[in-house]
Amino acid sequence: MPIGTPIWRLRPHQVSWLQVGPLALVLVALFALPTLLFVVVSFFDYDRTGIYPAFMLDNYQELLTTPATYRVYLSSLKFAVIVWAITLLLGFNIAYFPVFHVRGARIRLVLFLLCAVPFWTSAIIRTIAWIPFLGRNGAINQLLMAVHVTSKPLEFLLFSDFAVIVTYVHLFTLLMIGPIANSLSKIDPALLEAARDAGASRWQTMVNIVIPLSKTGITLGSILVFTQVMGDFFVVKQMSGGQSASIVSQLSTEIQAMQYPPAAASSVVLVLFVAVMVAGMMRIVDVRKELLG
Amino acid sequence: MTPRREKRPWTFYALGSLVALFLLFLYGPMMVIYLLSFQGPNGGTTFPMSGPSIVWFEAILHPGQMANIPVSFVRSLSLAVVVSLLTVVISVAAGLGFRRRFPGSGIVFYLAVASLVMPSLLVGFGIGLGFQVLGLPSGIFTSALGAQLTWTLPFGLLTMFAVVNRFDRAYEEAAADLGATRWQTLIHVTLPILLPGILGVGVGAFTLSYDEYARTVLTAGSLNTLPLELYALLSSATSPTLFAIGTITTIVSFTLLGGMLMLVARMQRRRASLVL
Repeated sequence: MPIGTPIWRLRPHQVSWLQVGPLALVLVALFALPTLLFVVVSFFDYDRTGIYPAFMLDNYQELLTTPATYRVYLSSLKFAVIVWAITLLLGFNIAYFPVFHVRGARIRLVLFLLCAVPFWTSAIIRTIAWIPFLGRNGAINQLLMAVHVTSKPLEFLLFSDFAVIVTYVHLFTLLMIGPIANSLSKIDPALLEAARDAGASRWQTMVNIVIPLSKTGITLGSILVFTQVMGDFFVVKQMSGGQSASIVSQLSTEIQAMQYPPAAASSVVLVLFVAVMVAGMMRIVDVRKELLG
Repeated sequence: MTPRREKRPWTFYALGSLVALFLLFLYGPMMVIYLLSFQGPNGGTTFPMSGPSIVWFEAILHPGQMANIPVSFVRSLSLAVVVSLLTVVISVAAGLGFRRRFPGSGIVFYLAVASLVMPSLLVGFGIGLGFQVLGLPSGIFTSALGAQLTWTLPFGLLTMFAVVNRFDRAYEEAAADLGATRWQTLIHVTLPILLPGILGVGVGAFTLSYDEYARTVLTAGSLNTLPLELYALLSSATSPTLFAIGTITTIVSFTLLGGMLMLVARMQRRRASLVL
């Protein structure tokens, strides 16, 4: 036994608990309990002046019988699927290039930094950055008119579903690139060489080796992009020009009107919805095992 | 040129162009913002530019509509400092603790994942409700701080997983074999080796907090952080001042990021020279 070892020693799992304890405490106090609280409040009664403890399902009944609820869920889901597909396609190919095609480690680092740096600036700024770009007199329209592609400015560019999707892709592609690049960089290049030597085409190598081995990154990236779009607060509000609403911005209107029980009920529905989707995606890979090695 | 260097496949050029186009897509709009923040006094929020000027930057400091910007800027910076310090301490400790499986580790892990994927506004809603129920006033350094931690801590934890995965435990075993106590091993061996990753957690948490909106909006109480102030301006005013604020916040973020990268590079150089 080395000198300086105290006679009493904590057992390994006790040390772990001491180390993880503060995190667990914060998550329980500031995440689990508040979540439980709005679950409880979602069954409460309310009027103009306050909320009253009760157990009633009226808030849910009202929410689930309003056509507007389905409309906003459908519209958010549509955005989520489109943005997921675009960011996955972009993110995978963009992550592939530095990992497998760039030979110098320094250039690889620079490329990743270039992709990551905009993430360090405010999402609000990055959203409004598209307004002078896509607007009626914006950069794109002026360019298109200068090269005579169109004679009058295109109106659909700004304050439309198109603008919303462009902004989402701009904001969230990095969430795909990061995890996928992490998975790709763990693939042994010798494996790809072996596949080629064995006569596999580039496409076969991609489908049978690279994609299955980057499953973890694809899943993690998909979860992040999906939950970001479903939880979006201001992109839809700002970029759709009032044509569509997001689930969360609708919810915040209720909160601002102090209608806590119905807001809590729609929170519960949204959380359940997101949780079911995320749980479904997490069935594909054991995220915990993959992350902790 | 070395003879071993083979011809690039066509995919190299295809993907290379894709990456270049993506970077253009990523930076183009932001460059427009930075450019337009130097708009002339008579110019608007789109092109044409009317001469470079700094009137919109000056407008931030003038009393009036923008009066709250400098105050909320300082408030956001101090909140971000506190959030990032707490995040570093708590998530580094947890990252080390998670290196072995312990009873309950699964629960804590999934709690962290859930906290990360939970729609941000709902976290703020829950915490805001909680403070109301307990009769506590919401505030920047109480409820808003807590709401931001539910976002920065899972991020810090996941970053730490990547950091400790690359850490070779042989160093710790060697230290123990040489007679170091657990505490000495932690302070003199483990933490110094993990330092670049730990700095990454700190800078990441700082910027996540500094730009946070949806978790803070319902928990900040009566005072605004910079993103809240910015969002309020967004609906009331459309002048290049917004772009000027954007330029300044970007400079702050980049200074921090650049400083951290330089620090890490210096550490690695020093370490390399020590090994030699």
